[in-house]
Amino acid sequence: MADTPQKSVAASRPLSPHLTIYRWPATMATSITHRATGVGLTMGAVVLAWWLVCISNGPDGWQSFHAIADTPIGLLVLFGLTWSLVFHFLNGVRHLAWDLGYGFPKQTAERNSVIILALSILGAVAIFALAWTGHGGYLQ
Amino acid sequence: MNSAQTPLHKVQGMGSSHSGTGHFWHERVTAVALIPLSLWFLYVMLGLAGTSEVTALQFLAHPWNAILMGAFVVFSLYHAYLGLQVVIDDYIHTPGTKIALLLLRLSAILLVGGASLFAIVRIAAL
Repeated sequence: MADTPQKSVAASRPLSPHLTIYRWPATMATSITHRATGVGLTMGAVVLAWWLVCISNGPDGWQSFHAIADTPIGLLVLFGLTWSLVFHFLNGVRHLAWDLGYGFPKQTAERNSVIILALSILGAVAIFALAWTGHGGYLQ
Repeated sequence: MNSAQTPLHKVQGMGSSHSGTGHFWHERVTAVALIPLSLWFLYVMLGLAGTSEVTALQFLAHPWNAILMGAFVVFSLYHAYLGLQVVIDDYIHTPGTKIALLLLRLSAILLVGGASLFAIVRIAAL
């Protein structure tokens, strides 16, 4: 102790409250989700690049993409990316509204967070449901 | 009045961060551009779901679609480039690791962007 006095002082100092001490309001959840989906969508850009490269390789490339993308894990990843895009889109629009000064009151921000979380899940499920029920593929 | 800042530094309005509001502004500009581009992208992905590679090739070979897909890739990756910087700045406090990660981010973004754009041009030339 005597040879490292600073350490013992630092150790006895009170720490400011950290993440674990707070209850989780919806605004906190959407804030970290925005960041997480942003990082996730960067991985999505890798998948998009891989898809484009596969298509440019012709029929063999198309099959090599679908051999992986059509597996349960592949579909789960695609669903996660779809939800990430919908969420980051909706919450990103809210960020732009915040930049213009709208949506700051506590109750409004809390309500909008819940709406965005719900809408993003609904949106992603709707997109997959449309594809699943044969309502996709309209560009053929 | 004495000041430690040079007149140039003062007139640029920059503090110890060495940069101004460019990062913030570019993040917003790309975000606004990505509103229509993302909606178009989702429309395209759903429209190609369950089709064949011929449909995808014909669609992407169309000049407008190639340009829009290229724009979506470029704006998305620049937006990701800016966003990842904030994440790295927030969580990594060791200068060496931080610089390494920032450079890794730059290399990865350039690689993914280059591959995407090359594929788009290749499809158009098929």
